[in-house]
Amino acid sequence: MRILSLAGRRLAASIPTLFLILIGVFLLLQFAPGDTVDAMMAQMGGGDAATARTLRKFYGLDLSVPVQLGNYLWRLVRLDLGYSAIYGKPVTTVILERLPPTILLMTASLSFAFFAGLVLGVIAARGVNKWPDTLISTVGLIFYATPSFWFGLMAIMVFSIYLQWLPAGGFEDIGATQSGLGRTLDIARHLVLPTLTLGLIFLAIYLRIMRASMLEVLNLDFVRTARAKGLDETRVVIRHVLRNALLPMVTLIGLQAGTMLGGSVVVESVFSLPGLGRLAYESVVQRDLNTLLGIVFVSALLVIAVNFLVDLLYARLDPRISAEG
Amino acid sequence: MAAIRRYFRSPAAVIGLVLLLIVIGMAISAGWLYPRDPLALAGRPLIWPFSNPRFLLGTDNSGRDIAAQIFYGARISLLIGGAATAIAIAIGIMIGAFAGYYGGWIDNVLMRVTEAFQTLPNFVLLLVLVAVFGSTLTTVTIAVGVVSWPAPARLTRAEFLSLRNREFVQAGRTLGMKDVQLILGEILPNALPPVIVYASVVMAVAILLESALAFLHLSDPNVASWGNLIGLGRDVLRVQWYVSAIPGLAILFTVLAVSLVGQGLNDALNPRLKAR
Amino acid sequence: MTDIAILTLDQLSVRLPAGADRSHAVSGASLSVAANEILCVVGESGSGKSIMANAVMRLLPGGVDIDGGRVMFEGRDLASASAAEMRKVRGAGIAMVFQEPMTALNPLRSIGDQIGEMFAIHNNLSKKDIRARVLALLDDVRIADPKAAAQAYPHELSGGQRQRAMIAMALALDPRLLIADEPTTALDVTTQAQILTLIRELQSRKKTAVLFITHDFGVVAEIADRVAVMQHGVIVEQGTTSAVLNNPQHPYTRELIAAVPPLTAPPPRLLSDDIILTIDNVSKTYRTGGFLGRGARVTEAVKAVSLKLPRGATLGIVGESGSGKSTLARCIIRLIDPDAGSILLDGADWARMPKEDVRRQTRHMQMVFQDPFGSLNPRRKAEELVAQGPIIHGTPRDQALAEARELFALVGLDPAAGDRYPHEFSGGQRQRIGLARALALHPDVLVADEAVSALDVSVQAQVLKLLADLRERLGLSIIFITHDLRVAAQICDLVAVMKNGEVVEHGLAGEVFGNPQHPYTRALLASIPGGDFAREHSLA
Repeated sequence: MRILSLAGRRLAASIPTLFLILIGVFLLLQFAPGDTVDAMMAQMGGGDAATARTLRKFYGLDLSVPVQLGNYLWRLVRLDLGYSAIYGKPVTTVILERLPPTILLMTASLSFAFFAGLVLGVIAARGVNKWPDTLISTVGLIFYATPSFWFGLMAIMVFSIYLQWLPAGGFEDIGATQSGLGRTLDIARHLVLPTLTLGLIFLAIYLRIMRASMLEVLNLDFVRTARAKGLDETRVVIRHVLRNALLPMVTLIGLQAGTMLGGSVVVESVFSLPGLGRLAYESVVQRDLNTLLGIVFVSALLVIAVNFLVDLLYARLDPRISAEG
Repeated sequence: MAAIRRYFRSPAAVIGLVLLLIVIGMAISAGWLYPRDPLALAGRPLIWPFSNPRFLLGTDNSGRDIAAQIFYGARISLLIGGAATAIAIAIGIMIGAFAGYYGGWIDNVLMRVTEAFQTLPNFVLLLVLVAVFGSTLTTVTIAVGVVSWPAPARLTRAEFLSLRNREFVQAGRTLGMKDVQLILGEILPNALPPVIVYASVVMAVAILLESALAFLHLSDPNVASWGNLIGLGRDVLRVQWYVSAIPGLAILFTVLAVSLVGQGLNDALNPRLKAR
Repeated sequence: MTDIAILTLDQLSVRLPAGADRSHAVSGASLSVAANEILCVVGESGSGKSIMANAVMRLLPGGVDIDGGRVMFEGRDLASASAAEMRKVRGAGIAMVFQEPMTALNPLRSIGDQIGEMFAIHNNLSKKDIRARVLALLDDVRIADPKAAAQAYPHELSGGQRQRAMIAMALALDPRLLIADEPTTALDVTTQAQILTLIRELQSRKKTAVLFITHDFGVVAEIADRVAVMQHGVIVEQGTTSAVLNNPQHPYTRELIAAVPPLTAPPPRLLSDDIILTIDNVSKTYRTGGFLGRGARVTEAVKAVSLKLPRGATLGIVGESGSGKSTLARCIIRLIDPDAGSILLDGADWARMPKEDVRRQTRHMQMVFQDPFGSLNPRRKAEELVAQGPIIHGTPRDQALAEARELFALVGLDPAAGDRYPHEFSGGQRQRIGLARALALHPDVLVADEAVSALDVSVQAQVLKLLADLRERLGLSIIFITHDLRVAAQICDLVAVMKNGEVVEHGLAGEVFGNPQHPYTRALLASIPGGDFAREHSLA
């Protein structure tokens, strides 16, 4: 209960952050060359100034910026993100359609990066400065330096074009209207390469942090106590070191959530996944500012949600947190 | 001096430095080795690497020399990486120092802003900035710098928080130092080394961010950027995969070099961490 | 030796990695501990006493290895035992208690869980049995509510309770030998007395052999049957406690014992009627945590303290951790703003002065800090550190540096060493630099916050002597904050005893120590380890 109220308070504290972001980005977009109406006119293949004026009036774009901002925030409170001229649908609908692939991709990549990073970090720390450590650390460095979109392209080349093991893009095979397990497997096959691509850099980060954190904890006094009790090294690591060493990793998930969401823009573009990231890219290219603002809002919400979960997890792992009021 | 000796004792750090010097060398010698515009038509399109001595690394879809683009690309990557890092570190130190030193409501406000920047995915913010201000070399550089400052700010703030209550800072206060003297003379020199080391991380990320932007055709199309070339090669990935592969390796080696140098600096400046 | 030896070290040597200040942490150490006996190994920091203790358990840090001699325990040489054999000995045969109970316990696991692990490792007990045994152990070490303590996490217990839990854990399997590595150093004096009594009592009941590592001769006098004195990795003297304390043979032992500050105050000095500093009703309250006013914790760190400092006198403020003495010191010098009260120095009220005035007036009042490592900016040369103050207040740089070099001589440092950086000096030397920095502004009042607490006893004695000497020569008035009553007795003319933010007793040092009125003062004095030794010692 205390944990929940603590995390709840953190959640409440992120509401001003959210508004700060929205107001900031809204004002920023006022500087953008062209507005929604311009985009619509372009879509319609041009039109006269009178039509534009009517449309601007209809969308409230003729009002002053503060009034527009107020209107926008008021609509936002009612979860109305406006209308996308490009897609011809409410922004909320557009985004909701695109959300599942992104959430699936992020969850898969995060799990992959976290667990692989954990295991590799532990192995490296256990044999510090021996060959497994050197190998793992080197591979980690290379992964860290690899541009994800390039890795994605090379993976497509090897696994899709040359070996033809995995699909080169898309979320699922269109046409084959499978249901249940068949569809799940199909989507899973489509997500293997994107997951690896997006997760790679985070794997490198997690493994480095886990290794450093393990080495740090292994030097603490209570590990000596554990050894003085007569515990063997494996149990020392499992019972005393691991949970302590995990704390910085968990913190990192929260800090990196935004970066990961940003990474999905590139990865979804490489693998033509119909997700939020690709939508962000498309709306920039098509100057669909309403949708772009909606994406900013939703991605901030996602990051806040991830951080809420991270807070809960952290508080469960560390009894000291719930004690501090 | 001891730090320099420690730096050169680590093979990884030396390799990083050599790689970095090679990239810098490429950037410097580009104009001299390839006096022509790297984006101008040079020969037949899609010549394979090592098949024509005139184009050692072959040509791309529009018949431009890949090797020339790689050399000029080094300039762009280092330029954007370096300038964006300088911007990010400067903003980060300023905000972090103020927040950490003064604490209270100043800290609260500055950290809210930092949090806002971290809550918004940095690449999405980068897209917004590019959408608004366009994609010239300058705007892209500034945009990359602007999305990269929160992490150095947090780091600086943490350093200031731990240092401001240290006894030597209190001693400075009892001697009658002004806040400015305390911040610049006492705290900053001690807070700086980890931030400088972190600059290598910022630079690595900045290079990757710019290349991703260029890959999506959202960076400056009028300069020879490695990301641009990868994006171009994507259209011919099926057969002429080398068009994408070569600039990708260039990015990989550059980012690797920057990271290795950063890690080497870190180990050289904090010898006790390396000892175990 | 009456009983058979449980542990015998035979010419034990422990090698340090290349680049350390000496080749061996321990060289050729021989000693033995019998059942039902407490052997104290005493030495200053860096003497190798802790390394020796850890070598017995084969728990040495990387790069540090045993390279000669034997560690005989129950007929086996532990120096050559396999890792698996060592694991059987650890915890069951030999158990260990460490200095800092906060860090020696895993912060993420409950106390009961961590004690119970001893049984899980070495015995095959059911969960129910383990729980019962844990509660019995916690009861044994006299933790008030064993059930609650077993469920608590380390951060929820006090320092003393944590150390009790550590002891309960160590004694869980009735080991033949207990190694206690400075187990009371991190504790307050009253808690230390309780823990020492507890160890003594459990040891005699269970007939355990105890190897007790300490730097404090008071603790030795309190608890030891026999003593081994260590210097630079060599045991220089060994014998029964009374023999070593009363008739030390080795010059180093004599030097160490002479440096222990006696508890009785020196004859009182004549105090001036001129009051230089008047502290009147000063209070400071902290509010921490809480969100929108909910769950905020209020700590009254200093409660309406009133004290007077005569010109040229030394006022000692003594108390345990959390008594508010350091907060008071920082209020006096305005590093912290007091909530209420006045601090009058030469007619000016420091408690209410605007920040800018404090900055300008600060040369009248200076501070010497506790931590010889943390109180000097590592990036400035020693002479710069000393010259900084005068430069800020308008002295030309060259003149300030010249004065700094003179001050170096005054505090007993080589003036030529001024262009070195702080890390090139020893702890005692750094404290002298700190003193020179404070004196550079020619202050009227010097506030010394635990200024000698981080120093070894022999260095401590030298710095105290310097301070007393400077007081005479420069006519300084000093406020001396310390947790160590023995140190306070040495240097202070007046003493104020603080507890929970309040001054419970104050007066002339001789009277407070000789005839304490408040029960807390009496408890503090009674808790000083080796009290009798300290008193007798002063007569010698």
